[in-house]
Amino acid sequence: MTAQALIGKILFYILVFIIVVVSVFPFYYAIVTSFASGSQLFQINYWPPSLDLTNYNTVLFARNFPRSVLNSLFIATTTVVFALFLAVTASYALARVRFRGRGLLLVTILAVSMFPQIAVLAGLYELVRFLGLYNTPWAMILSYTIFTLPFTVWVLTTFMRDLPIEIEEAAIVDGATPWVIITQVFLPLLWPALVTTGLLAFIGAWNEFLFALTFTIQETQRTVPVAIALLSGASVQEIPWGPIMAASVVVTVPLVVLVLIFQRKIVAGLTAGGVKG
Amino acid sequence: MTTTSLEHGKDRGASLQQQRARAAFWFLAPMLVALFCVAAWPLLRTIYFSFTNTSLDNLYGGHLIGFGNYLRWRTMPSGAVRYYGTLVDPDWWNAVWNTVRFAIVSVSFETVLGMIVALVLNAEFKGRGLVRAAILIPWAIPTIVSAKMWAWMLNDQYGIINDLAVKLHLLDHKLAWTASTDTAMIAVLIVDIWKTTPFMALLCLAGLQMIPRDIYEATKIDGINPIRVFFKVTLPLVRPALMVAVIFRMLDALRIFDLVYVLTPNSSATKTMSVISRENMFDFAHFAYGAAQSTLLFTMLAIFVLLFVWIGKVDLTGETNR
Repeated sequence: MTAQALIGKILFYILVFIIVVVSVFPFYYAIVTSFASGSQLFQINYWPPSLDLTNYNTVLFARNFPRSVLNSLFIATTTVVFALFLAVTASYALARVRFRGRGLLLVTILAVSMFPQIAVLAGLYELVRFLGLYNTPWAMILSYTIFTLPFTVWVLTTFMRDLPIEIEEAAIVDGATPWVIITQVFLPLLWPALVTTGLLAFIGAWNEFLFALTFTIQETQRTVPVAIALLSGASVQEIPWGPIMAASVVVTVPLVVLVLIFQRKIVAGLTAGGVKG
Repeated sequence: MTTTSLEHGKDRGASLQQQRARAAFWFLAPMLVALFCVAAWPLLRTIYFSFTNTSLDNLYGGHLIGFGNYLRWRTMPSGAVRYYGTLVDPDWWNAVWNTVRFAIVSVSFETVLGMIVALVLNAEFKGRGLVRAAILIPWAIPTIVSAKMWAWMLNDQYGIINDLAVKLHLLDHKLAWTASTDTAMIAVLIVDIWKTTPFMALLCLAGLQMIPRDIYEATKIDGINPIRVFFKVTLPLVRPALMVAVIFRMLDALRIFDLVYVLTPNSSATKTMSVISRENMFDFAHFAYGAAQSTLLFTMLAIFVLLFVWIGKVDLTGETNR
């Protein structure tokens, strides 16, 4: 190996090292902080100073934080189930049936997924008030449809386009109706795609902030992001960094684990969707 | 006999097509109704509100006032004309400038850094899977959580960034990153770039992996400088994928709300269009005025997308290459 190649290799690994450290360090530091108690918080620690669980106790057994986790779980799950249910049939029609205006419809769905949420906020607020959903989980379930549904339709359509035509032709020859084709033939093949899309939509709903902030008023109705954003101490000056970091770790670890388990599928889903994750 | 059976066959073909088209309609209908309820109707109502004087406590008490929320003027007794409305509101234009500046800087950095990360991941080396897993972490962390994490790291007295920078002599004193007007935008940019570069990198990587390996073999045999190869071969080939990624990121950046709202609350140096319009609608009693601002944001984004698609000839649906 020449000296030049060696230097190149060393520089390459330095770059790799920087990428990994920059990606992981902030989360690592949140974990370090979450284990610090009292005055330890105000020294700068690069390693966990102790394994103190005070912050976790504060978050998990006081205030309304557990309630927020349940709210978020319920809202995100319901939204995803609802979106997947509507998206499977719609994406079959978009991917497998030729009809006039299909291209236009696809562009419209894409356009909706790119909507600035603020543009519908006033109208949605009116709708939520009108339906009596203000300050209930259903306000979020309704409003999250605006980004989960176009996203799931879009990704499932790209997945369904790639299913071989022969399977469908065989089913048609056997006299299967479109409904039977979807439920009996395509659904078993679409399993992996459904898991990926569902997971991505779940993450989107779990992380949403603007609607959840605007459509809830009571602490008991808050979702996790709103609860973390508005977690306050005894006074305005006193930000409870320890509990905030503990809460952040609690809600992020499951997501990170899920993402790492499904990483290959998620990458495929993200690139197929091209839509924000 | 032959004709009848032929016609019969044609008939069956047509009815099958019809049957499928009808089924397609019923399959699409529920989704279309849902999208109408949560997207089209609220958008129309927002636009309608922007032309009224509706207030938050009395949503049905407003009446049409034309373009008053956008621009109106009154002639003073002295003869001078005074203008009112969003279009002459310095706070609004400050927010527009903040948003555009944020979007351009963040997306540029994300594209370049994302490309570098993607090139690294596209090379074969030990521990590649580990690096890919590591870069997914910022993406997986909720925006609010990353805003809080970084707010703590950027804390003026106890933050680790100030500590590191002072120890390494990059800074001579600790900075109030999120509070000071000079650095608030930089803080928002750092967090956004950290969080979104992975997404960009994955999209770039997908583009890179579609380039056949033998092209690189050929350039290697010809002994062409790798940097030249990147600009002359790789970049033109990933351009279509890159353009789509950039347009999605731009749209995302132009509507940014949560990061700014949580990381730098009430800072005029970072307040974006989404933040100011929500503030007017729900925090101040200017519901219709905020609706006008969000309508303007929507219009600007729509024009941006149309221009981008038209000038860049970007195929967003992926329909034509099938």
